Amino acid sequence: MKVIELLELVPLFPFLGFLILVLAGARLSKLTISWIGVGSVAISALLVALLGAEFLNGTLQPYSRVLGSWMAVGNLSVPFGFYLDALSVTMLFVVTGIGFLIHLYAAGFMKDDPGYARFFAYMNLFVSAMLVLVLADNLVLLYLGWEGVGLGSYLLIGFWYEDPNNGYAARKAFVMTRIGDMALLLGMILLFMQLHTFDIQTLMLRATSQWTTGTLLPVTAAALLLGGALGKSAQLPLHTWLPDAMAGPTPVSALIHAATMVTAGVYLIARTHGLFMMAPSVQFLVAVIGTLTLLMAGCSALVQADIKRILAYSTISQIGYMFLALGVGAWSSAIFHLLTHAFFKALLFLAAGAVIFCFHHEHNIFKMGGLRRAMPLAFVSFLIGSAALSGLPFTSGYYSKHEILAEVYSVSPGLWMAGCLGAIITGIYSFRLVFVVFFGVQPQAVEKRLGWRMSLSLGLLGILSLLGGMLRIPLDSVFPQLFNLEPSFSLVSVITLAAPFIGLLIAILFYLGGFSVRGLIGSGWANQVRMFWFNGWGMDTLYDMLIVRPFKAVAKLNKNDAVDDIYAAIALLSQGAHSMIKTTQTGCVRWYATSMALGTVVIIAIGWLS
Amino acid sequence: MNGIPMEHGLLLSIVLFVLGLVGVLVRRNLIMILMSLEVMLNATGLAFIVAGSRWGEADGQIMFLLILTLAAAEVGVGLGLVLQIFRRFHTLDADSLTEMKG
Repeated sequence: MKVIELLELVPLFPFLGFLILVLAGARLSKLTISWIGVGSVAISALLVALLGAEFLNGTLQPYSRVLGSWMAVGNLSVPFGFYLDALSVTMLFVVTGIGFLIHLYAAGFMKDDPGYARFFAYMNLFVSAMLVLVLADNLVLLYLGWEGVGLGSYLLIGFWYEDPNNGYAARKAFVMTRIGDMALLLGMILLFMQLHTFDIQTLMLRATSQWTTGTLLPVTAAALLLGGALGKSAQLPLHTWLPDAMAGPTPVSALIHAATMVTAGVYLIARTHGLFMMAPSVQFLVAVIGTLTLLMAGCSALVQADIKRILAYSTISQIGYMFLALGVGAWSSAIFHLLTHAFFKALLFLAAGAVIFCFHHEHNIFKMGGLRRAMPLAFVSFLIGSAALSGLPFTSGYYSKHEILAEVYSVSPGLWMAGCLGAIITGIYSFRLVFVVFFGVQPQAVEKRLGWRMSLSLGLLGILSLLGGMLRIPLDSVFPQLFNLEPSFSLVSVITLAAPFIGLLIAILFYLGGFSVRGLIGSGWANQVRMFWFNGWGMDTLYDMLIVRPFKAVAKLNKNDAVDDIYAAIALLSQGAHSMIKTTQTGCVRWYATSMALGTVVIIAIGWLS
Repeated sequence: MNGIPMEHGLLLSIVLFVLGLVGVLVRRNLIMILMSLEVMLNATGLAFIVAGSRWGEADGQIMFLLILTLAAAEVGVGLGLVLQIFRRFHTLDADSLTEMKG
């Protein structure tokens, strides 16, 4: 018996956990809930570790497993089929491994919350859906997972539902991603109409054999799939939901909005890379969108004051790097960056959660300061995370980002320059965060201490963020190898290497050294730029003006429902007729007799005259 | 009988019918209304007789016998109702007997 044959148990355990917690969560003690909630993901992680090791030590041949038929109508057949290759193994490691650490952390973080069972039920549901997403062998099952994670995200952003703002953020995230999901659905239907199958591998084969590169069909299909990826991965122009999604509990932000769900778009594009290679224009668009997003989100991250919003914009920016890599065809580098980013961004979010947890639930970094002595573990975590995020040498982020930039340079030096600029910005905002929060004067004493569960997760993720660069899973069996880069010492690699250091230097000068930030943004136009960036380049205002307000105006116009008016008119008419005829019912017999006589005369007259 | 033309007989019956109808419509006393109804019934009976004699058929007279029994029954029921109404409302005025507020 090989472990790999237990593949279907991987998403099953979190789902069972979800069922138990949803059905019986209210009656269980917090200890039991944490055992079920964390344990179900732990079992999955253990299974993945075993079957992943078995898979990677084997021939790396894709393994597929069909559990049964989901629906079969005519020539449409959708099985419950799982497909395991090096790409899905990588995703499995991320989802279950980091998922487990975050669940462990959350068991400590949420320990005083009355909705403990509900929280772990949603988290387990999310993990289960995410596992279905990455394991699905056909697009319909993938879509099931895709919507499942969207649902989990919605439920968890709005977890503290007493505050209407959280509900608003949840709805915004759901609606914004739905826009992309609609495009994905249309893309799926188009692919099925043309190629008569939903199976991803067969789809790619048929696409390459039946379509010619660059023609309308592959371009349309790829563009529609890209639409879905943009919504889920919070890329331009559908990125505005992610900063608001920080309304959820911090472990949620770490799991869903940093490590796993938002990378689903990257996974989707990587999974259907065959299609994107047949649509070079769309693939180039992916790179351009990635570049624009990484720069815009980076600039916004520079000026935020909310610790979680900084990290949210940074996540958008880092996913921009992944899109850039996908766009230039550096598939395996994109997935590698996805992996390392999951490590260090989860670490950063959890460390930020630790700061928030211990420091009076404060989110504003300018009300913090000097925390490096009071919270050494959070400080070290932040240092490691920021170093990896900005790509300082020998951290995990360095390997992946350096690789992406080197490959981008060989395709387009222009995009490479933008990527390096982004790396400088990344260096500035990540160390700005560290310096403001952990250096300077501490305004208040910390309130609580971290429990062992939170400390353990932080420690493990810290190690992973440092050494994750060595965990590279060979993806050559999945992706075509387009780049053959020899590690060389050239001006390009020096600049790539120097970029984060420049950012670090600028951050040191401004936030530790004597340079005054106020002096820089004091002048009118600089402050305006700052506010513009702070508000996310005015995208929310733009959408509000272009879509929300016209929609509301139309809705207001049609408040009484024009269609309903027709039926209301019919009712009104019969009521009027009724009140008119009602007056003839006098109860006076002679009046009735008269009208009968007159009526008879009229009828006879009509009969006579006609 | 042959001396009387059919038009005259029918004219008489129409005049009687209209007189009866006018009586039904303008009289207020229930008994007078019932009597006017009798006039109307007899007017129709007359029309049947005239028509029957015009074509030399017995049908008209049979019809009249039918109307006669019907009228007798109607008067029986109608007078019974009038009696009940008078007992309950102490009036036979058709206009003041209305209870509806239409």
